[in-house]
Amino acid sequence: MNPGRKRQMRLVVSLTLAVLLAAGLIYTSFSAADEALTPTQLLVRAKPGDDYELTGTVVKGSVRHLANGVLDFRLADRAGGARSVPVSYTGAVPDPFRVGRELIVTVAKRGSGFVAVSGSMVTKCPSKYSPAKSA
Amino acid sequence: MAVVGRAALILALLTTLFGIGASIYGARRGRREWVDAGRRSVYALLAILSVAFAILEVAFINNDFAYNTVANNSSITTPLFYRAAAMWGSQEGSLLLWVWLLSLWSSLAVFLTRNRMREVVPYAVSVLLGFGAFFSSLLVFFVSPFALTSPAPVNGAGLDPLLRNPSMMIHPPMLYSGYTFFTIPFAFAVGALITRRVDAEWIQVTRRFALGSWLFLGLGILLGARWAYYEIGWGGYWGWDAVENAALMPWLISTAFLHSVMIQEKRGMLKIWNASLVLGASTLAIVGTFLVRSGVLNSIHAFGASTLGVPFVILITAMVTGSIYLVVSRREVLRSEHQLDSLFSREAAFMLNNVLLVGLTFVIFWGTFFPLISGALTGTESEVGAPWFDRYTVPLALMLVLLSGIGPVIPWRRATLANARRNFTLPLLAALAMLVASFTLVPISSSPATVALFCCAVFVFAAVGQEFWRGWRVRRATSSDTPPVALLSMVRRNRRRYGGYIVHVGVAVLFIGVAASATFQRSHYVQLKPGQSDVVAGYTMKVVRPTAAIVTDPTSTGALLTLGAIVRVSRSGHYVTTLHPTAEFFPDPSGAEGPVGSLIGGDSVSELSLDSSLRRDISAAIDAPSVQQAIQGEINRANSLVNTDRVGPRKRLTLSYVLLAAIAHGYLTNTPAAQFKLTSSPLVMWLWIGALIVFAGGLTAIWPTGGATARVRARYFARVAQELGRA
Repeated sequence: MNPGRKRQMRLVVSLTLAVLLAAGLIYTSFSAADEALTPTQLLVRAKPGDDYELTGTVVKGSVRHLANGVLDFRLADRAGGARSVPVSYTGAVPDPFRVGRELIVTVAKRGSGFVAVSGSMVTKCPSKYSPAKSA
Repeated sequence: MAVVGRAALILALLTTLFGIGASIYGARRGRREWVDAGRRSVYALLAILSVAFAILEVAFINNDFAYNTVANNSSITTPLFYRAAAMWGSQEGSLLLWVWLLSLWSSLAVFLTRNRMREVVPYAVSVLLGFGAFFSSLLVFFVSPFALTSPAPVNGAGLDPLLRNPSMMIHPPMLYSGYTFFTIPFAFAVGALITRRVDAEWIQVTRRFALGSWLFLGLGILLGARWAYYEIGWGGYWGWDAVENAALMPWLISTAFLHSVMIQEKRGMLKIWNASLVLGASTLAIVGTFLVRSGVLNSIHAFGASTLGVPFVILITAMVTGSIYLVVSRREVLRSEHQLDSLFSREAAFMLNNVLLVGLTFVIFWGTFFPLISGALTGTESEVGAPWFDRYTVPLALMLVLLSGIGPVIPWRRATLANARRNFTLPLLAALAMLVASFTLVPISSSPATVALFCCAVFVFAAVGQEFWRGWRVRRATSSDTPPVALLSMVRRNRRRYGGYIVHVGVAVLFIGVAASATFQRSHYVQLKPGQSDVVAGYTMKVVRPTAAIVTDPTSTGALLTLGAIVRVSRSGHYVTTLHPTAEFFPDPSGAEGPVGSLIGGDSVSELSLDSSLRRDISAAIDAPSVQQAIQGEINRANSLVNTDRVGPRKRLTLSYVLLAAIAHGYLTNTPAAQFKLTSSPLVMWLWIGALIVFAGGLTAIWPTGGATARVRARYFARVAQELGRA
């Protein structure tokens, strides 16, 4: 085989490998990903056994620190609305966690409520200068 | 002064536009005076922006709440140190910092190349000024740092307590320096491609700037990791947060470039690839700035301000299409001069390293933007999460660490069996010894990746150590230097090579810290009262007594109430250390929580207490929200005491403080149970040590110590000698 041909082969083989690897990566990203839902969407769509990324704001008067270290609270849609979902959480609570703050937590359906993956809570920085908020 | 500031920004925008025009005109017509005028515009931009920067900084320090940005991000109760840093807590302030740093580093670049690359520099200058124009116009047309409110509010909202950490002073400027520094290699690459001067001089200049941006961005990332490590709920030193990823991607691509550029230097290969890497890294740096500033992705750094999305998307699109056009249209000057000789050569090792780094970047890019991708494809946004990242990044990182040991010892062009035996025997034996040793230390089945990483790291130490040893032996044999001097002069004579080796050792050390702490970290979340204790990884942590402080907070962050606990740590009966975690409570400027509640009803922050050693870190933190809930009853009672008709408005504040003191006292005498996070994490210290070694190596490689002048002088003397010999 002449060197030019050999190089071409090499290129084809490595490109094919790269494409296959990328395809695998893309496939797993879809199967491993958790849907990001709002509380209202979660109430409609949640199936037992699946994890979801729940984004919502902490409902006033819903926060309870239980003696066994569990934190119970309810999340409502950021846009407002009467519906909210109960969440039981264990693990590190980020400092900005407060009533009215927006947070993201990975949850799974358990009975009528939702149990959060331990330590999965992420709070959004209370952004003081976002135009939407100052309005 | 705000008028002056606003005028300075408009002047800055005009200066950049003038500079761009002057540079291009001068370069096209060959008019030196216009080219010089373009270059001086960069210095002028620095001077003008320094004025604007200083005005805003003074406004922050003097509590001039007429400025909206000061009122929104600072307050009278914010301590001076944090008032000075509060400027980049805001959108407009951080953009001003960005463009000011851009003008600073551009000026440095223009100064360093004042007598070089005469054809390329005018275009590079106009690209740099183009970035300046973009960010200046954001400040002029979109978010003005000098917007005023009249009459001025009496007090501001205060700097977000979470940002009241000494890192706030250094992490954002360092990260932004990294991001802005990346525009320099981009500018010079664009200039070189436009003028078709992608030559050795271009490589030499670009390599240094790329190394500089790599160092700054790396330091910025490290400082952020260190800060996140101290902050509860930020996912430790690394959490695959969108903004963290955004900073890592350009850094990884420039790491790839710093390696593959050596192949271009030595063998004239991979020119298209290298040009693409430089352009890609800089574009990713702008993408990073965009992610930090736009809030399109969920992140702990969600500084949402969607107004900037469109301009940034336009800029990024322009950078991508311009880069592709330049590389494609200039492909004939980027043709490779050689072919790869063998798959067992340093070139091949570098190429593999490049493929891995680019692959790693692709993984991170895909995962970071997956919410947007899946949202566009399926209609619902989905997130992949840390386990998905780990699945791909762990094996890639392992291979990269292994390569960082192979690269330095494998020869250029083609490795023979003889030199493979000579170079690889010792490192392989060392790695094997580590494997055997780890059987006795940890159960391998529990953490195969960690054991593999340890073996790879030892391989790197042995390979690099061997190189140092051989070079040192030669140096000692050929000079009369004492052994330590011989080592130093060996490094000094080939800074890039040995600097690079030091970086490799640092990376291996860093990954030991990462692997050990990721695998063997133990955390407990427990509810404890004074007298109670918990055992974490063999360490008994006992809450000895509560602490409380009002008004004067121990860390001078501006908190009005600080509640904490003394935690005594012991191991099998022996005293180890004492920790003092606290929860700090900040005032609520809205006043919605009642007279007493508003003193402490704002944000709360948990201050981690950490005991670090080379072997392990032990830390304790109190969950501030749980403490707040525990004392809420007392606060309500205090509020109702103050809110009676008998208390006049003047006395209310005094009484509120007295009651706050009573609440603090009550906490000491009748302490409620609080939620604690207790952590034992082995070998984390090595992460920071490894990073310091990396930077020491990077500095060794970049340090300008007359190496160039010495070489010029040597060449001059050689020529004189030649002439003399001829005479």
